[in-house]
Amino acid sequence: MLEHYLGLFIRAVFIENMALTFFLGMCTFIAISKKISTAIGLGVAVTVVLAITVPVNNLIYNYLLRDGALAWAGFPDVDLSFLGLLSYIGVIAAMVQILEMFLDRFVPRLYNALGVFLPLITVNCAIMGASLFMIERDYTFAESTVFGLGAGVGWALAITALAGVREKLQYSDVPEGLRGLGITFISVGLISMCFMSFGGIDI
Amino acid sequence: MQTPKEVLIDPIFNNNPIALQVLGVCSALAVTVNMSTTLVMCAAVTFVTTMSNVLVSTVRNRVPSSIRIIVQMTLIASLVIVVDQILRAVAYDISKSLSVFVGLIITNCIVMGRAEAFAMQNGPWLSALDGFGNALGYSVILIAVALVREPLGSGTLLGYEILPRVADGGFYYTNGLMLLAPSAFFIIGLFIWGIRSWKPEQVEEPTYEIAPNMQYKEAM
Repeated sequence: MLEHYLGLFIRAVFIENMALTFFLGMCTFIAISKKISTAIGLGVAVTVVLAITVPVNNLIYNYLLRDGALAWAGFPDVDLSFLGLLSYIGVIAAMVQILEMFLDRFVPRLYNALGVFLPLITVNCAIMGASLFMIERDYTFAESTVFGLGAGVGWALAITALAGVREKLQYSDVPEGLRGLGITFISVGLISMCFMSFGGIDI
Repeated sequence: MQTPKEVLIDPIFNNNPIALQVLGVCSALAVTVNMSTTLVMCAAVTFVTTMSNVLVSTVRNRVPSSIRIIVQMTLIASLVIVVDQILRAVAYDISKSLSVFVGLIITNCIVMGRAEAFAMQNGPWLSALDGFGNALGYSVILIAVALVREPLGSGTLLGYEILPRVADGGFYYTNGLMLLAPSAFFIIGLFIWGIRSWKPEQVEEPTYEIAPNMQYKEAM
């Protein structure tokens, strides 16, 4: 049983890495990876938000939206699954807001470190994507908790790796047209190829 | 003040959402393995960006700025739900192969970015043009990437064979890399290089200037 969850976690971190295999959260991934320290801060914030929102969305889908899910309230024929997208984004926006207030009140140091990145997380496709993958693959509550955490760790790992590469790249002589964005894309491609070598691992 | 024509044409090459503004890269890469999903994705994004810009611009004077993000999100999410339901009804296979990426149009930064940057300041007509133009800029890059990936990766274009494969008795060895994730990054990187060589004003300033090599002079 534990092996199943461990396998799921490893898959989410390495084999199905959100950023490098599914290209999710690319906008923030490329825009905010110039320095390692900010990259780590953003990675932690994304991990926390993912680990909370994926299980919460799982509960919402299973007990409110899914076909026949409202049977407990006396409406066995109601199928609200078309409202899915709207409710997931609502949950994500609300969670980010709550997390922001909570950190501001109880962990001001982390709050100051993350600062601007917290509201940005709402529009990070990795968060929304993880919720949608969770629905598509029909994870249970426990599985979705593990998956959310793993997806977040994988994303944090990827952005830290890219930030490390970019910090070094600043000192290199890149052809003019490729400078900045162009070379970043190519480095992401190379990192993504490295991650593909995890492909055959199965636990 | 920009003229309507500039608003429409500028985002295609001069201020491309993907190549210069770094918006909407996420979905740009994942759906470009074959041409038909790419075209459907482009159509969906064009519809959502144009309509959301119109809607946001229409309500812009009635929404207090503290809740504007949530209002924009709700408008965009409703539009995406419409697109998603239409796709499921009309083209179920394509909607299956796009899987989560239709839903992810909500968090596509182009939609949100243009609503926030342009539609909040301009009238509905100009906003519609801006949304349409940016979606065109996005589509140009997506279609260009798909044009490279599908023929080289599987020898077909829109499902028709154009390079006969060795497996079917032809001459072309398919390039497996093109079907995998990293190829999209390389193609977009090279594409950006191309655009910036053509329009040098888009080149970014270097963070550090490399000092000229002085050793030769000192030795004299």
